[in-house]
Amino acid sequence: MNLQDYFSLVFSDYTLRNITLGTAILGAVCGMLGSFAVLRKQSLLGDAISHAALPGIAVAFLVTGAKDSNILLLGALVSGLIGAFWIRAIVTKTHLKSDTALGLILSLFFGFGMLLLTFIQKQPNANQAGLDKYLFGQAATLIEADVWLMVIVATACLSILLIFWKEFKLLLFDVNYAKTLGFNTKFIDSLMTSFIVVAIVIGLQTVGVVLMSAMLLAPAAAARQWTNSLAKMVCLAAVFGAFSGVLGTAVSASQNNLSTGPVIVIIAGVFVLFSFIFSPKRGLLFKRLRFIKNRRDLELHKTLAFMHGIAETHSNTSHPHTVKILNNFQGYTKKTLKKLADKDYVSLQGNMWSLTDKGFEAASNLYNQLTKSNNE
Amino acid sequence: MSSAQLEIQIIASLVAIACAIPGTFLVLRKMAMISDAISHSILPGIVVGFFITQDLNSPLLILLAAVTGVITVVLVEYIQKTGLVKEDTAIGLVFPILFSIGVILIAKNANDVHLDIDAVLLGELAFSPFNRFVITGVDLGPKSLWVIGTIVLITVGLLIAFFKELKVSTFDAGLAASLGFSPMLLHYGLMTVSSVTTVGSFDAVGAILVVALMIAPAATAYLLTTNLKKMLIYAVCFGVFSAISGYWLAHGLDASISGSITTVLGFVFLLVYLIAPHRGIIAVLYREKQQRIEVSLLVFLLHLSNHNEKEERHVKHLNEHINWQKVQSKTVLDLALKNNMIEINEHIVSLTKKGEAFTKQAISYIVTNEDSEIEHIKEDFFLFRG
Repeated sequence: MNLQDYFSLVFSDYTLRNITLGTAILGAVCGMLGSFAVLRKQSLLGDAISHAALPGIAVAFLVTGAKDSNILLLGALVSGLIGAFWIRAIVTKTHLKSDTALGLILSLFFGFGMLLLTFIQKQPNANQAGLDKYLFGQAATLIEADVWLMVIVATACLSILLIFWKEFKLLLFDVNYAKTLGFNTKFIDSLMTSFIVVAIVIGLQTVGVVLMSAMLLAPAAAARQWTNSLAKMVCLAAVFGAFSGVLGTAVSASQNNLSTGPVIVIIAGVFVLFSFIFSPKRGLLFKRLRFIKNRRDLELHKTLAFMHGIAETHSNTSHPHTVKILNNFQGYTKKTLKKLADKDYVSLQGNMWSLTDKGFEAASNLYNQLTKSNNE
Repeated sequence: MSSAQLEIQIIASLVAIACAIPGTFLVLRKMAMISDAISHSILPGIVVGFFITQDLNSPLLILLAAVTGVITVVLVEYIQKTGLVKEDTAIGLVFPILFSIGVILIAKNANDVHLDIDAVLLGELAFSPFNRFVITGVDLGPKSLWVIGTIVLITVGLLIAFFKELKVSTFDAGLAASLGFSPMLLHYGLMTVSSVTTVGSFDAVGAILVVALMIAPAATAYLLTTNLKKMLIYAVCFGVFSAISGYWLAHGLDASISGSITTVLGFVFLLVYLIAPHRGIIAVLYREKQQRIEVSLLVFLLHLSNHNEKEERHVKHLNEHINWQKVQSKTVLDLALKNNMIEINEHIVSLTKKGEAFTKQAISYIVTNEDSEIEHIKEDFFLFRG
């Protein structure tokens, strides 16, 4: 199947439609909530929680014996929440730092989950196959009910986000101010963390434990480069997330042997790379260009100031001098001289240059600009 | 106990030692999550190395994978330096992408070779005694024993050789630089050791559980001591203890060895987290309660010293005036009474001489906030405890 087949099939084929819709919604939800995680410097929380959800899945299976994905996800949700709040308790109550707490919860919960999973596998119960799809995710197993669940979760997230928009925003940027205004910051904080956990848990089935953190971070990190407004960033992140979901599904469906999760993550990574380089305000490319332009301007000024220094010593400021006395150290290159001539600051005659009146005026005001604007 | 069982336990203990040493420094340098990133992103290195060598225990593969680990660190630092995103986001972006590349490489090329993601991520200690190291027909023991043994020797050697430098640069990078040690060199040295350890151990315990063996013993030890040497020793002890008891837990449950080792680590951490003296959660909560009472007492005494009117000093009035619950006011009142700070005459509370002196001291401390006063007032506070 090639990409064209995929796009013609996506509306008619049941499985493809479910996977595409599912990954798109997942990407959008993760992008939205991920923006908050990135801005709160909790990026790695997603990684920790997605690992911490594993024992919950195993316990839910052990207790109920059912393979209904909703029950398993409920188990994942509970253990993810326990993990998230335990991390917070470790950070606030002991002197262990947040990175240690994250790594601890991540690895300990995951190890415990692995213990339970292998324990389950040894049980004389044929029903357990397929639990390990939560490790690496299998988008192909998405059914319509799963997509509906995602739609419900997405709607809930969106409405909570809209209702508590002001509170979330305040908490993100100025916790102390939020406290003085009388908001219950603990509650809002828990609410936000809980929703990040929810987003992670619904993503487990699709992209799996290991790659979930990238689903959460990449769209948000990409969106961050294009705007400084929270609302725009959240929307952009949702769009990026949805697009990487759809594109990832398309690419993995059109190739043999490619699981969806890693492809989605790589596509999201491409979005991030593109944004890092090409975003007009923060991007590396334009930053570099601005840097070069500033350096050129500065060198031009340096040459002009040097010329001014020479011209000042003569009664006739337009007295011609040889080009030789200009040197590299003063920022002189042939190009800068040409530029100065273009601006009509100097006039060139063979190997001689002379400042024009306009050039002399500009040069003498070169370093006055700052003081002048300050005086005004 | 058969020789295979003994070998597994020795390997597990060696892995625990090899992980605990760099882990301690990672925890102290607030870079614990870097170990998680390395453990994931070495996957492409392992895959490429495996395609070249076709042997999971070859030194070249370990080298390649370790290089990938260092590349991860360099990438994270580069992204962080651009200032586009914060450090944690940089970590969170780099390793899943590298990991995805590894997964896709496996899926595309390694269908018919013995290498799957489960093996890399989860490892299987139980099989390690079967992979023997044989030279000219002489059986020298399991291969992974040799690999991890070498790593432990190198790590311990480096630790002893550079202990002073590591210590200074961990706690005071500026001082280390001014003394002429290169913090950069030590940083990358530590990162290289961490990568090599991660790669050397993934075969035995799996890449993710390496993280547990690195962070959990060190974090547990950190709750018990602030002395670097003691912390290293405790971490190694916790690691080895969990490795051996984890093996027997797995034996009893017939489950994954690495999973049970991590579970034991988890329980050890939980226990210490709850009951560690000074830093454990119970000790912290108790101390917070004490401090709350002390502050209340201070507020109460200040209130008394500020008011001469009888109605302001009436026992009943204090309840509502300082806005305390009944129980709290009673505790504070009793505490003050017990320490002879106040006397109560017909429900009117007044300060004793001792109380007045103490209040004055407290005020002067609060107003001037001079350092020399702190120690003194702290000692005084201890008198009221209990």
